[in-house]
Amino acid sequence: MADLAIKPPLAELNPPLVEGNHSYSTVTHTVSGIVERKTPKQWFIAISISGAITLMMLGMIGYLFLNGVGVWGNNSPVGWAWDITNFVFWIGIGHAGTLISAILFLFRQKWRTSINRAAEAMTLFAVACALLFPLIHVGRPWRAYWMFPIPNTDLNMWQNFRSPLLWDVFAVSTYGTVSALFWYVGLLPDLATLRDRARTRIRQLVYGVLSLGWRGSARAWRHYEMAYLILAGLSTPLVLSVHTIVSFDFAVSIIPGWHTTIFPPYFVAGAIFSGFAMVVTLMVIFRYAFQLEDLVTIKHLENMNIVMLATGSIVGYAYATELFIAWYSGNMYEKFAFLNRTTGPYWWAYWTMVSCNVISPQFFWFKKLRRNIPFMFVISIFVNIGMWFERFVIIVTSLHRDFLPSSWGYFRPTFVDVCTFIGTLGFFTTLFLLFVRFLPMIAISEVKGVMPAPGASERGQH
Amino acid sequence: MDLVQISNQKKPTGAGKHYWRSVNELDGTAKLEGWLDQEFPAGPVNDSSRRQVLKLMGASFGLAGLVACRRPEEKIMPLSKGVEDLVPGKPLLYNSVFVHAGAAAGVRVTTHDGRPTKIEGNPDHPYSEGKATGLAQGALLNLYDPDRSKQVSEKGNESSWEKFGAFAKTHFDGVGNGDGLRFLSQRVVSPTLTSVREQALKKWPGAKWVEWEPVNNDNALAGAQLAFGNVVEAHYHLDQADVIVALDSDFLNLDSPTVLPARQFTRKRKVTEPGDAIARLYAVESQFSATGATADHRLRLRAGAIAAFTADLAALVGVGESKTLSGEKERKFLAALAKDLKANEGRSVVVAGPRQPAEVHALAHAINQTLGNCGKTVTFTQALAEPMLDGLKALAADLSGGKVSTLVMLGGNPAHDAPADLDLAGGIGKAQTSIHLAHNANETSALATWHLPEAHYLESWGDARALDGTVSIQQPMILPLYGGRSALEVVAQLAGLPSAKGHDLVRGFWQGQWPAADRERVWRKALHDGVVANTKFAEAKVTAKAPAAGAKAPGTGYDVAFHPSSSLWDGRYANNAWMQETPEPMSKLVWDNAAMVSPATLKALGATQGDVISITVGGKSIEAPVMVQPGHADQAISISLGYGRKNAGRVGDGVGVNAYPIRTTAGLHIAEAQVAKTAKTHKLVTTQEHFRMEDRPIIREATTAQYKEDPKFAEKMSEMPPIDSIYGYHSYEQGYQWGMAIDLNACTGCNACLVACQAENNVPTVGKAQVSRGREMHWIRLDRYYTGTGDEAQSVSQPMTCQQCETAPCESVCPVAATTHSPEGLNDMAYNRCIGTRYCANNCPYKVRRFNFLNWHKEDEEVQSLVHNPNVTVRMRGIMEKCTYCVQRIQEKKIQAKVEGRREIKDGEIVTACQQTCPADAIVFGNIKDPGSRVAKLRHQERNYELLAELNTKPRTTYLAKLRNPNPELA
Amino acid sequence: MSAIFPKSTDLYVRIGGAVAVLAILGGVGSFAYLSHPKVLETGYSPVQPVPYSHKLHAGNLGMDCRYCHSTVERAAFAAIPPAETCMNCHHKVKEKNPILQPVRDSFEKGVAMKWVKVHRLPDYVYFNHQAHVGAGVSCVSCHGRVDQMIEVKQVAPLSMAWCLECHRNPAANLRPAHLVTRLDWKPEGDPAEIGRRIIEEKHIKPPTNCSGCHR
Repeated sequence: MADLAIKPPLAELNPPLVEGNHSYSTVTHTVSGIVERKTPKQWFIAISISGAITLMMLGMIGYLFLNGVGVWGNNSPVGWAWDITNFVFWIGIGHAGTLISAILFLFRQKWRTSINRAAEAMTLFAVACALLFPLIHVGRPWRAYWMFPIPNTDLNMWQNFRSPLLWDVFAVSTYGTVSALFWYVGLLPDLATLRDRARTRIRQLVYGVLSLGWRGSARAWRHYEMAYLILAGLSTPLVLSVHTIVSFDFAVSIIPGWHTTIFPPYFVAGAIFSGFAMVVTLMVIFRYAFQLEDLVTIKHLENMNIVMLATGSIVGYAYATELFIAWYSGNMYEKFAFLNRTTGPYWWAYWTMVSCNVISPQFFWFKKLRRNIPFMFVISIFVNIGMWFERFVIIVTSLHRDFLPSSWGYFRPTFVDVCTFIGTLGFFTTLFLLFVRFLPMIAISEVKGVMPAPGASERGQH
Repeated sequence: MDLVQISNQKKPTGAGKHYWRSVNELDGTAKLEGWLDQEFPAGPVNDSSRRQVLKLMGASFGLAGLVACRRPEEKIMPLSKGVEDLVPGKPLLYNSVFVHAGAAAGVRVTTHDGRPTKIEGNPDHPYSEGKATGLAQGALLNLYDPDRSKQVSEKGNESSWEKFGAFAKTHFDGVGNGDGLRFLSQRVVSPTLTSVREQALKKWPGAKWVEWEPVNNDNALAGAQLAFGNVVEAHYHLDQADVIVALDSDFLNLDSPTVLPARQFTRKRKVTEPGDAIARLYAVESQFSATGATADHRLRLRAGAIAAFTADLAALVGVGESKTLSGEKERKFLAALAKDLKANEGRSVVVAGPRQPAEVHALAHAINQTLGNCGKTVTFTQALAEPMLDGLKALAADLSGGKVSTLVMLGGNPAHDAPADLDLAGGIGKAQTSIHLAHNANETSALATWHLPEAHYLESWGDARALDGTVSIQQPMILPLYGGRSALEVVAQLAGLPSAKGHDLVRGFWQGQWPAADRERVWRKALHDGVVANTKFAEAKVTAKAPAAGAKAPGTGYDVAFHPSSSLWDGRYANNAWMQETPEPMSKLVWDNAAMVSPATLKALGATQGDVISITVGGKSIEAPVMVQPGHADQAISISLGYGRKNAGRVGDGVGVNAYPIRTTAGLHIAEAQVAKTAKTHKLVTTQEHFRMEDRPIIREATTAQYKEDPKFAEKMSEMPPIDSIYGYHSYEQGYQWGMAIDLNACTGCNACLVACQAENNVPTVGKAQVSRGREMHWIRLDRYYTGTGDEAQSVSQPMTCQQCETAPCESVCPVAATTHSPEGLNDMAYNRCIGTRYCANNCPYKVRRFNFLNWHKEDEEVQSLVHNPNVTVRMRGIMEKCTYCVQRIQEKKIQAKVEGRREIKDGEIVTACQQTCPADAIVFGNIKDPGSRVAKLRHQERNYELLAELNTKPRTTYLAKLRNPNPELA
Repeated sequence: MSAIFPKSTDLYVRIGGAVAVLAILGGVGSFAYLSHPKVLETGYSPVQPVPYSHKLHAGNLGMDCRYCHSTVERAAFAAIPPAETCMNCHHKVKEKNPILQPVRDSFEKGVAMKWVKVHRLPDYVYFNHQAHVGAGVSCVSCHGRVDQMIEVKQVAPLSMAWCLECHRNPAANLRPAHLVTRLDWKPEGDPAEIGRRIIEEKHIKPPTNCSGCHR
């Protein structure tokens, strides 16, 4: 019995990570149930909407390929706008997953167990959305493969390895690959569970193939743990490297507002910030939708809010530093760039960003608020909006007014810009819906690992 | 697939159906001989082989389409017979002459395989000196205008030259002594046409020949009449003058159809040493013109008040008695100006603009005479023609009086651009038969019984006298694309001359003028040189009478002044996309004209930029969007003509506002108008949206005095210490090291370089909507900044193009190495490698890189690709492009030198397109490592500075700071 | 519970995996090979409207290349000769031969011959015969022994890598300029040495930067 396992005083200090009267088998039931139960009507409604939006995105991309980048609002001087904004936004989102599963794993943060699976899935889907943009933002997408160092003996041409864009290609693709591996390895035991519980032949076959013949033998478990540990070790530096390198796209240039050394830490913090916000958004929805309140407890959400509070404050500090350095540098172009950011034609974007990213998370100083589900949901949405605007501000306001006033301009998005971005939201949601429908959205085996040891009576029931 | 697209664009794939049809339609003999004379001095070739020449030119490079699975099969179609002088792929240069608003200027035309692709000034012509205005160069595009009329038509129905010939024969035999016969042409400066005209008028004594140019110099001629008693042409020698006064005269740009004044003036503004004296320019004007921008002192005065100002100025220098009509502000200016003029007797000149009434011109002449300038800074010759307005009035009267049975209109668009009160449009309808010869079926053609397609001047034989009398022969470069004929040929045909072939007429006429002995030699030399030797007019000795009184104070309403458009002139270039997209030099407005007003006037009207105002003159009114022009005179409006066309073609229809309806014989240039704001608004699009320099050291400027004190002022203006490059520096010591120096003190912002670059580098046009999105493609742009307050603003302009940075920010960020540095210091751009990430453009601090956001050639018709320079890739959508210092020209000369076994390329052997045409010689290109080169010398001047040097981009293009020479008394 | 997959599955999976890997490698490899200019471009030998034999004219009769391709030293293009050039001889030689009918037609009717282009560079490549011939690069270096070809065949890949080989190290392909059309010319002594001498005296520095060929 669980109540025997945990002594009341201890519970005060370290509340259980699984609430309610749960045994191994009930955990298995709850999680696998989501996949095994008949598909709820709401799910169909949800996916048909998000699917439609995804189709719109594909339409927009087709239109873009037919006519060229001119269908967007990009212009001279604003050569990058929503395209790269969306790219950085999604990459940022993609950070929480690996952070939760890898770094928290290495730090033995047991509370990660019930959210890491979903978070990692989210990472993958976010990266998928992000990867769209480097491809479609180029003028000649059918030549985009020139960005990869493919040996070519007819041209003898290499890429320009000084270009941050090239570093990006490597960084993001590595990150994507490792995250995928990490996620899949983590899935194996649960896939096996689903296979064993499967009643129809098809399910048995599908999950059977996916679980790569997992039998759960001690030897398998030993290898598994080791592999998982190695992958965690591998992906930990990636969490930091990806966004550091993404930030180089800007930091390495000479444009005032881009050309700053603060970018790498600032971008990484921002990424984690936005990533956690997205996890909270999703978790709040799905723990409610699938009654997972016992597994994804208020404590999980609170912890994530605390991370958001921390990273949000770091981001705020970075904004302040930028302004200070711009003034302190005595560089007229820097000064102007930031004056223009705060008071220029795009002031509204800047202040939206500040209020969403710096002010809103401060409410999490209050325990009441950070344990209040509707409230944290709203804040997490704010943060998502704010972080999108952060990238917009950095990219567009820096470009639209640089050195020569003669070339100053203004950027206005077209409907294609807007629809493409909304489209990626739909694409992301679609992928996530498919995930929760067909894969265990909580790492069953790991959750069991953080539960009190079962009583004799329950042995061998799962 | 992208390759295929590029290839389709780069070289004309086949030459276009019309092209071929017309070639087959042509009947050879006369044009053939013309061809012979211009191209093959020896060796007979027959017509068919010539056709082959043309065929080869267009077609030989064409892709035959994807036949083979392995690669598209390409056909090579050689001539059937060899043609001397014609080497496939080698351009040929011909001299000819371009007549613009009655002023002839020699041009040198580059033809690639028979296609004229570039127009430049003829170095041997006194009004070109190797330079050409933007309009002269842009006129090339009209040749390939797909909207040109391709058909003779009668009452709107398709017809043919044969049918018209038959009609003309019977009809003109029937006009008796020609009482009811009238000719209406543009200004005639062709000796041959003049003689043909005489023959025609001899045949029909009763007939009358009227000339009309909506933008003309009637006032100047009338002024001369007033001052000297006979019509003479004044020739100003600005390079002889130390003090120049421009009275409402934009002689640097709009008010001179040729580059000569600009060349003379800038010659006198050049500085090599601190302390060198330069001319001082005073400008008194209503609108803010290029001349006003260059002036050392500028007085903004509504056009109607300038007569009074001139009278006062005259009085102060001792002509006539003072009426002191001018206000307080002007007095101080007048006093200093008069003093300065008196101090420079014989070395000063007063120039009155074409919009000012005859009295002002007369006064100006008188002032010049009193100051002893006549014969020194201004000389006179016989004029080419009389004022033309009276003739047009008479014609209008005859038309409405039904006295005209047959009206022959040769070129132009009188129904559209004649003074509104003459109602020519109505009159033309009254003539039983009206014949209209024109490039496009325009507003007038719609009213005429017969419309005849006119040949472009590059398609037809002719000749022209320049203002100083110099004669040039106009020789065709290509057969008429659409079987058009020239005015000369049509008149000859109507008059029933033995031959109506342009070549016979022109050659015949001149052979008559020359001694029989060496006719052939003189003729060949004339064709070769582009000028006929010793045809200048003799100088006329004239003395000015005491000026007639009559300068009155300006009225109480608004002055509206009508200007030719810097892009469309009087509307004849309305269907020319190059010109439509060439920014107006001051406002940077494209694809529109607007009512220009001062900030104060804008406030007075209670309007904001883009609001539509109604301008009413004598009951007639037009509605035009209002645009604020700092430095414009108050209570005055300037609007340019030529816009608001209805039958211009696909490009020009409905662009801008037609100002002709309120232009009457009474107020042809300046009229008094009532102005009111309407509720409507109109989107005005400019290529530059921000006009302040934000206290950045971009255009560096000083007075001559300051320069003398502190020669290095320009360098000192950039604040930051040099930063170092993390990549280290490449040494650029070996071989040629190309660089460019741009003298801001010479640049007048006239746009000639912009058009030259457009033609040379196949720069596409994008249209109003795309310009408003900031996607214009010009490789060289003229940045224009205002200094000083909104009302008394001064203006400076700066040619901005790729600076070819040695440590180029664009190069390090391109992921695919599409832009890299050449050992000669060029910032190479390999279009075929570019994938279009646009990172380079983002990282370019000068923002000179241009991106093909869409396929700008989507709607092009085949014939339009004939204008392309085959030595420059036509860029497809999705790739970045930019100035390359005309690398194709560099390569050509380098190869030439190699083949000739030369080690070194001479300085000045390679000229970039912008440099070649710059009337001010403001742009100099060359090898900066050769201490003897002009560019190196300029770079060693103290005024030399690198733009944004603080970024350590090490630009190869440097600027020479601007200087002004203010009058201490007015400082 | 019962096993879903028989034990042998492991084996099949392993075999299948191996096969898949090999297939992918093979596919990529063969594509890379077949799409390479050396394979794709060389050997192209289209059928011409008149079966003109370079072997006969340039080889057996020993006519100089420049008799027909007369602009090779004056222009970027080595012009294809007009029918007139053919007729110089063929109005006497084989003047009745039906094979030559198209040429005679072209000459008489003034209709262009439609020869099929063999050596084709992309349009963004600005190759200049004048420069190369002037420097002493022989026809044979790019076009091969045309004097031994009955029907002209492309022998060089004409790929950028191939151009650059020579531009980086031209010595081997240089000879005295007056010998460029002597396709059978064999240098006495070390060709590289001769090349070096010519490079010396002519200051030959072939461009290896983009704008050398792309504009």
